[in-house]
Amino acid sequence: METTIELTVDGERRSLTVDTRTTLLDALRERLGNTSPKKGCDHGQCGSCTVLLDGRRHLTCLALALSYDGAEITTAAGLARDGLHPVQQAFLDHDGYQCGYCTPGQVCSAVGMLDEAAGGVPSHVTDDLAVPTTLEDLDDGEIRERMSGNLCRCGAYPGILAAVREVAGA
Amino acid sequence: MRELAYLRPSDPADAVSLVANDPDARFLGGGTNLVDHLKLGVATPGTLVDVSHLPLDALEEHDGGLLVGANVRNSDLAADRRVRTGWPVLSRALLSGASGQIRNQATTAGNLLQRTRCVYFLDVTTPCNKREPGSGCSAAEGYGRYNAILGAGPACVTVHPSDLAVGLVAVDATVVVLGPDGERRVPAADLHRLPGDDAARDTVLGHGELITAVELPRSAHARTSTYVKVRDRASFAFALVSVAVAIDRAEDGTVRDLRIVWGGVAHKPWRATRAEDALRGRPLTEAGVRDAAEAELDQARPTAGTEYKPAMVRNATALAFRRLVPDLAEEAR
Repeated sequence: METTIELTVDGERRSLTVDTRTTLLDALRERLGNTSPKKGCDHGQCGSCTVLLDGRRHLTCLALALSYDGAEITTAAGLARDGLHPVQQAFLDHDGYQCGYCTPGQVCSAVGMLDEAAGGVPSHVTDDLAVPTTLEDLDDGEIRERMSGNLCRCGAYPGILAAVREVAGA
Repeated sequence: MRELAYLRPSDPADAVSLVANDPDARFLGGGTNLVDHLKLGVATPGTLVDVSHLPLDALEEHDGGLLVGANVRNSDLAADRRVRTGWPVLSRALLSGASGQIRNQATTAGNLLQRTRCVYFLDVTTPCNKREPGSGCSAAEGYGRYNAILGAGPACVTVHPSDLAVGLVAVDATVVVLGPDGERRVPAADLHRLPGDDAARDTVLGHGELITAVELPRSAHARTSTYVKVRDRASFAFALVSVAVAIDRAEDGTVRDLRIVWGGVAHKPWRATRAEDALRGRPLTEAGVRDAAEAELDQARPTAGTEYKPAMVRNATALAFRRLVPDLAEEAR
């Protein structure tokens, strides 16, 4: 069964016809030619397909494209449209990658995560749930916990941590 | 993946009738579990009825407590100020599960209806009574580290993976269900079931029944509650064991009421009623908590691979109490 949907991807409105079974990740990569989100595990365990969907970090592999008709998606490529995003620059400055395959997902996840923390969202390692968190609360433990959905098989975690910490300003 | 029809009703009653009238149809929520199952061949529906766009996303005061719509995302429920202060066990349970991305996507109802992560259930080349009734249980004699120690049957030895479900039992939540014959209310404690000889059914819900909301009553014990989860890595992993504790103490420290619920030990959240009975109406001590856990664990039947679970759940229970009752922590030092 094929259906036509509309997606706004990195600021561009796109119309495409997809099979019911097409994931958002395959729609972006194979149909729209946006290879910024990566297919790592394809089972929601690695985070390399992470994008910002309607402003929040979101996996695209465990998502059927049809269900996201009308969504607004920003990929890591889109974050760099007007020059590198501060998170991307920080990844460069701190060697927050080695092979780079997980990096677009890491970057989108970090951007979404910083928004969540600035908005007072707690994490598993937050001591006091009654007090809303701020960016200043993002110590190493908080950043590691909040970024745990993004794996890096090269093990560039120290650089990723330093990059995110710098942007958080904690 | 099998060919699929996709329907997006705009009304919960329409969604219910679409699934109720088609044995081959399934509800699709946030998709974090079901889409994976489609890829693996674990789920092979002919039709998906997408309920993720239904207007079931209210999170509002209701009857002195909170009403949580089925589509409220795990991240939004965990971050809600009222939940963090009135039902902290739920925030803790949710934040200990999955990843930031998945919590943004997964829904309240979908979290409760997620299916086991038993490696044999997920491997379609192996027998599994839950996936294919009558085919046998590979886990009973196989890799057993994640298996149940309480309430397992010959048909199935797996555990339920939801952290939220464990927390909801500790706060006496009620699940609101819409079915072809109208609405009914199911206590969270009765939603999931033990496998018995019918491992295919995780819950008491029938085909076509849709969870529309979860009701959270306000209580003194819910306000003083927490969740301890023990897992193989520090984050983004399912529980080896987990413990939800909610406690209401009198001025003199005696336990007026409490809930102890264990995850990772059974086919459903395991309310440790024997342990609760041993502690209710008495002053709390660390030794008392450990003895109470032991009383509950008299019924435990660890098997090859799960020998570690009784001690782990007993210690995790003591840790949960120490987090809630500072003088207990003093005494333990």
